[in-house]
Amino acid sequence: MSFFLETLVGGLLAGVMYALVAIGFVLIYKASGVFNFAQGAMVLCAALTFVTLREQGLSFLTALAIALVVMVALAIVVERIVLRPLINRPPLTLFMATLGLSFVIEGLSQFLMGASVHELDLGIVDVPIRIGPILISQLDLAAAASAGVLVLALSLLFSRTRIGISLRAIADDPQAALSIGIRLPSLWRIVWGVAGVVSIVAGLLWGARQGVQFALTLVVLKALPVLIVGGFTSIGGAIAGGFIIGASESLAEIYLSPLLGGSVSNWFAYAVALVFLLIRPSGLFGEKAVERV
Amino acid sequence: MSSVTEPTLPLSAISARRFGDLHWTPARAVLIGAIALAFLPLFAGEYWLNAVLIPFLVMSLAGIGLNLLMGYTGLASLGTGAFMAVGTYATYNFLLRVPELPLPISLVFGGLIAAGAGVVFGLPSLRIKGFYLLATTLAAQFFLEWLFNQYGWFSNYSTSNSISAPRLAFLGRDLTGPLGRYYLTLATAALLTIVAINIVRSQTGRNWMAIRDMDTAAAVIGIPVAANKLLAFAVSSFYCGIAGALWAFAYLGTVDARSFNLDRSFQVMFVIIIGGMGSIAGNFVGAAFILLLPILIDHLAGSAFGNLIEAGQLENLQKVLFGGLIIYLLIKEPAGLTALFGTLRRKLGFLPRRADALAHSSDQ
Repeated sequence: MSFFLETLVGGLLAGVMYALVAIGFVLIYKASGVFNFAQGAMVLCAALTFVTLREQGLSFLTALAIALVVMVALAIVVERIVLRPLINRPPLTLFMATLGLSFVIEGLSQFLMGASVHELDLGIVDVPIRIGPILISQLDLAAAASAGVLVLALSLLFSRTRIGISLRAIADDPQAALSIGIRLPSLWRIVWGVAGVVSIVAGLLWGARQGVQFALTLVVLKALPVLIVGGFTSIGGAIAGGFIIGASESLAEIYLSPLLGGSVSNWFAYAVALVFLLIRPSGLFGEKAVERV
Repeated sequence: MSSVTEPTLPLSAISARRFGDLHWTPARAVLIGAIALAFLPLFAGEYWLNAVLIPFLVMSLAGIGLNLLMGYTGLASLGTGAFMAVGTYATYNFLLRVPELPLPISLVFGGLIAAGAGVVFGLPSLRIKGFYLLATTLAAQFFLEWLFNQYGWFSNYSTSNSISAPRLAFLGRDLTGPLGRYYLTLATAALLTIVAINIVRSQTGRNWMAIRDMDTAAAVIGIPVAANKLLAFAVSSFYCGIAGALWAFAYLGTVDARSFNLDRSFQVMFVIIIGGMGSIAGNFVGAAFILLLPILIDHLAGSAFGNLIEAGQLENLQKVLFGGLIIYLLIKEPAGLTALFGTLRRKLGFLPRRADALAHSSDQ
């Protein structure tokens, strides 16, 4: 029983790591209707910037500050060069543009900062600690804590600030929001900037776990099922989706893999997502899309 | 699958008569192109055949497959690699276990199995669209890749689950040499291209484009939306399956499931974005582009900087260039390079506008 619990809790916490990436998606999708495939590249770019600066001997906070500036600058450039010319294009076109964008960001980051694997030490020892009957990874706990802080900060941003209220207006009805004078381009810059900040958090935690390397971009593919389960438009949904995907994935890996003879975790998340798609296409907490002809 | 076997000649003849232009029927253009390519081995060395022309034709074929689904029917898919893998492994098993079957029949059967897989993974498209559909095709990508890697039966229990082409032969001729593999690929690509051109100009193609442009409206005017979506998945996967088999047996020789991973799906998607969504000719432009650009960059960097730039950095530059080009094309010319050429030709005005009219009849 404690083994089952351990697998479950480990999976739930791993799910939080997925959710961290998924939150970045949700932010951008809510504000601009763009499914941002470049989120993984942004995670890589943030982590690579941070770790390169650290290796140059800069302090933790300075490196973090510079990484922050880089991500915000990236957001501004992306809005100006990619998003603005593509206003009013079909969502699929925007998706493909972010696909191109992910190539540019990946290529450029690796060109400037190298493609080798960097160790990233956050000062958290990735040694499991014992809580009650089960062992839990400390890094997972740190990730869960940061995710909690992040969600709290974001929900404050959305509910208490002028920017947040404008963002909700845009998400609710872009036309009406525009007509009462909300500036779409500047909001997009802000949202992409915030998504950049989220990707720093995700990049640092993922980087600490598996090293800062190209494989970081693949977390995008783990975040997609999380989004489908939780809904594309809800930050809380991203967390809940992360829990569900993380838990079911690690349980499947333990109990289903031996039956099928191999690592089912490659695709199991997508199988779960598929079931959710067929039963509840808008996800647990997503808004039901109303299609107008 | 009735549309694949639809009579091809009468249709193109009708459309040719309607346009009053007997020189530029697409089928003839394909034939002329194919004949030109058939004489190419006289000039091109083995390197060009093996490393450029064969992958070019196969990639164009895979591009046509994805274009039928994504460019014509508007159903986005990232499962191209998986459907290519299904075609490959199915063809392999037909060649291996039923050696009496002639090569083309095995290829067609392989394609049909891929079509079946396409229909199964296309079923969710009846309820969901857009990004959600991307997710289900990604499920196909990951699941099928895992399946072929996991169970040795598919690869005849070979070491590391890789498969090599059994002897390629047709009508007593050995096609294992570079020339044989080239002509096999060329003949298949030419035939399937003509079929594809006729599909998109048939009622089926019109139905697909109507669904792409607005599925509710298509349903209102009496187009069976569900059946047509599934048909698009089937035909598309049939093309991808055959392309996969050719990629494995005519180009690489030995493959495992990883040869058809997500990167392959992206590559095919880039072929159609660069060449042009909703254009058959565009697939050839796109495929040529993505295969030639890396070679060009290699040569340019080699002659300009000697060996100062290491291979890894070149690859990064290449990625930046591809990504930038895709963004540029999406902004400036969503219909791809083919449309760009069309505009150029119109501006220069030295070619008959008839060709433009034909090209545009299949545009968005």
